[in-house]
Amino acid sequence: MASSTTSVAPARPPATPDLARRRSSAGARGERRSGLAMAAPAAILLGLFLIVPVLLAFGLSFTNARLISPNPPRFVGLDNFIRAFTQDPVFLRSVLNTFLFAIVVVPVQAGLGLLLAVLVNQKLRGVTFFRIVYFIPVVTSIVVVSILWKFMYQPTGLINSFIDTMTFGVLQGADWLNNPRTALPAIIVLSIWQAVGFHMLIWLSGLQTIPGELYEAARMDGADAWAQFKNVTWPGLRSTMIFVLVTITISALGLFVQIDVMTQGGPQNSTTTIVYHAVRKGYREQETGYGAAISLIFFVLVLVIALVQRFVTREKD
Amino acid sequence: MKRRSLVTIVSVSAASALALSACGQAGQGDGGSGDGPQELTMWTHSAGNPAELEVYTKIIDDFNASQDQYTVVTESFPQGAYNDAIVAAAAAGDLPCLLDMDGPIVPNWAWAEYIQPLELPTSITDNLLPTAVGTYQDEIYAAGYWDAALSIFARKSVLDANAIRIPTIDEPWTIEEFDAALATLKAAGYETPLDIGAEDKGEWWSYAYSPMLQSAGGDLIDRETMLTADGALNGPEAVEFFTWFQDSFANGYTSNSGTIGNQEFNDDVVALSYTGVWNAMGSLEAIGDDLLILPPPDFGDGPKIGGGSWQWGISSSCDAVDGAREYLEFSFQDKYIAEFSDKQVVIPATAAAEELSANFGEGDPLRPFVELSQAYALARPATPAYPVISSTFEKAAKDIMSGSDVQSTLDGAVQEIDTNITSNDGYGF
Amino acid sequence: MATITAPSSRQLDRTERQQRRRRNVWSYLAMALFAVIFLFPMVFMFISSLKPDAQILSDVRSLNAFLPVGDLSLDNYRDVFDRVPVARFMINSVLITTLIVVLGLVVNSMCGFALSRLEWKGRGAVLAVVIATLIVPFETIAIPMVYWVSKLPTLVFEGGVPKYDFGWLNTYQVQIIPFIANAFSIFLFTQYFSTIPKSLDEAARIDGAGWFTIYRKIVVPLAGPAFATVAILTFLPAWNSYLWPLMVVQEENLRPVMVGMQYFFQLNPAWGEVMAYTTLITLPVLIVFLSFQRAFVSSVAASGVKG
Repeated sequence: MASSTTSVAPARPPATPDLARRRSSAGARGERRSGLAMAAPAAILLGLFLIVPVLLAFGLSFTNARLISPNPPRFVGLDNFIRAFTQDPVFLRSVLNTFLFAIVVVPVQAGLGLLLAVLVNQKLRGVTFFRIVYFIPVVTSIVVVSILWKFMYQPTGLINSFIDTMTFGVLQGADWLNNPRTALPAIIVLSIWQAVGFHMLIWLSGLQTIPGELYEAARMDGADAWAQFKNVTWPGLRSTMIFVLVTITISALGLFVQIDVMTQGGPQNSTTTIVYHAVRKGYREQETGYGAAISLIFFVLVLVIALVQRFVTREKD
Repeated sequence: MKRRSLVTIVSVSAASALALSACGQAGQGDGGSGDGPQELTMWTHSAGNPAELEVYTKIIDDFNASQDQYTVVTESFPQGAYNDAIVAAAAAGDLPCLLDMDGPIVPNWAWAEYIQPLELPTSITDNLLPTAVGTYQDEIYAAGYWDAALSIFARKSVLDANAIRIPTIDEPWTIEEFDAALATLKAAGYETPLDIGAEDKGEWWSYAYSPMLQSAGGDLIDRETMLTADGALNGPEAVEFFTWFQDSFANGYTSNSGTIGNQEFNDDVVALSYTGVWNAMGSLEAIGDDLLILPPPDFGDGPKIGGGSWQWGISSSCDAVDGAREYLEFSFQDKYIAEFSDKQVVIPATAAAEELSANFGEGDPLRPFVELSQAYALARPATPAYPVISSTFEKAAKDIMSGSDVQSTLDGAVQEIDTNITSNDGYGF
Repeated sequence: MATITAPSSRQLDRTERQQRRRRNVWSYLAMALFAVIFLFPMVFMFISSLKPDAQILSDVRSLNAFLPVGDLSLDNYRDVFDRVPVARFMINSVLITTLIVVLGLVVNSMCGFALSRLEWKGRGAVLAVVIATLIVPFETIAIPMVYWVSKLPTLVFEGGVPKYDFGWLNTYQVQIIPFIANAFSIFLFTQYFSTIPKSLDEAARIDGAGWFTIYRKIVVPLAGPAFATVAILTFLPAWNSYLWPLMVVQEENLRPVMVGMQYFFQLNPAWGEVMAYTTLITLPVLIVFLSFQRAFVSSVAASGVKG
């Protein structure tokens, strides 16, 4: 534009500051418009299919609404929330279990996933085969997987006979899923086993973004394998790590299917989780209002955790 | 390149979806339009059960051919999520005219006005087994073609070899006798002599174990008022029963390991199996004449078994109630009831159909189930609170099974049920 | 144990070669051990799919559960096809899942781009909403959602003529459109994009590139891991969904594969058929993953320097 008037122009004025300002304000306008346009499709869809139903559901948390009832819902204020914190020990236990689960699963699953990723990231024959094998539990129907593990956890199941054989009968296995002390650990093991292949994949794609030359250079400097991992691999995985941690945390907090298939929250509430409790109350026992209140509490907890995670892992420019 | 292939994938998929749904819509559109026969929509829980669907198809074909005012159009859902489909349809105001439902849920759906009073001629409903009729507040809302029954399966040879008396309807095992038998069988080498089905979950727990509680003198709820579980679910009788229940697991008489179904019994891994009529054919094939179908033990108030299976009702929003009734009347013919019984291995709901059926007539191999059902069947409490009661009962029983204190667990369950009933203004009682 | 070996063009001396060989042996041992641990469900599933129900239940008490012993046949597969319209369900699932995943990747990554790299009005609000709704237990909003979609307007073709109607029940769109935008996906894209240096954008801006071009030519190629993650994260629940289709779709013709799974859970589950059916519906997923892992893992590697 500026250069379209060609030869006629006599001495060019020193237009640089003016031009820059004009460009930046146009740029900002373009940025605002582009931002809105690119966010719009997702924002509209989210609004229609998440926000509207969630608001409807949240509205219910201040009422005594039921899943099935001839009576219109009645406004009950904060009764449902008071009930959750003062009269429902199962809810409090669910919160505790959910956090216990997440606290163990997040680091272990992330670490194991990284180990697997490093293994299958090597230039070796057949690594693709191993990648697929490790990924199989992720894609196998969780219902079938849970049923299979339920068999294995039985007192006479494969896990106990394995323990028996390996320790020459010194250690006796437990009745894993029927003992309040072992049920949650048993679910944790199954859950890690089931999902770790997925996080292996995320780590793997992160590993692949680390340029080979960096290793080359490290080796030139005489770095051994561990030094290479510490100085090249790990720093290169920072963003992937945040990513893996967030994914595992979120899915760990939402633990539901394994509980539903294997223990239904038992024995003696040792495996009940927030989502399981919300579904049991709000859906199976038809107390929609109360279930919605539990979900609302859950949202707030997740929100707090997500914000904390964002804060802790933010880029420190 | 990459972008183009994305666009291709999306457009091809979208186009196929459109084409496929257009086919579907076209097929559907034909029935509704015009002034031909009125359409009666009907949903069943029987997807994946070809034997049962076959009978429905036959009845519907016969009915559609018998008159030209109505056409029944059916859609079937898998049982596991059938109730979810119904609740969703009710929320969307889209219930079918005719729908089937599990017996104990009938009062809940009647109270919620999903279904309306059935108003079939009493000549039909009076002839049915009492547990095949679903009522709420003394009004009939649903009726079924069959009932199921539970019993104890055993091998005659095993009982004889261990000198255990074979119980009869007139003289069932007392609980002491039953315990002694379990101890004997355990000593004889059965690691857990009784398969009680505790590996299952959901409605099975209330269906299978609340009759035992009733046999001991307790109950899920005070059936006089339907307003409280206090005294019924946590009284001394209930505590006594649940203590027995807890001890049987602790003593190794039974366990919650194993698999759903009757395979352990057929393989002779367990000596006794507390299970349903639907497993009888399999065991009969596996062990033949050696099979005994025995009454459950008497915990004090006489043996009890649970009654109430799938039943049919008419939705409140049905716009062709007369046609729906006409269809149901047509369907309650003894020949159809007998056919359901043959295909499903369930107890026919009428005496005449019993005789027509292959397995449940006088002298037939599965006849004992009819006698057990007549002598002991007790429906689950007919209250809209039942879903809560059932879920609470299951949770309490499982906690007790794994060793929690009996009295305090039951008190907690009672409190939960009573709170729920109060917050629903007594569910109309 | 955990080691990295990178390609090397130069000549390795002898000790190094030995070291490497020893490391490879350990690697293979470790990988094989893990393979055994991760493989058994598939083995159990496949082996069981060849056995009659009674035998599956007897074998499950011993190691036989993993061995092809006894009465083996393809009967279960035949019975699966008798009980469930497998082909139709499969086509439905492929269509539904493809559309959800592909459209989801585009829509959510664009939104993540806008949230992480652009300044615009309403950005804070959208970001807050996204974070607040990261996990919504579906059961808690299912009923309001059914009510809501049953009221939405839709386009229907009656005899080839398009016209408006209300209610999304009994369609493909009700199984697809509500699941395209996904708060978790947007969140992951936002997180990931914000780790890509903004200096790249500046440079492109100076070259006159528009924002969409920057998104497409610079950010997308560098975000392979994010796309891989989100693709799998949206693929799996879409492929596995069954509660929602059961609630909003009454016609058997429109049902996806996981609804079919429920067909086998009668009073006594038909285990052999469950295993056969699971094998059948897991295969496509594995094939997708197989092609997908190659494309992603290597294309990301090829895209070169990051940061």
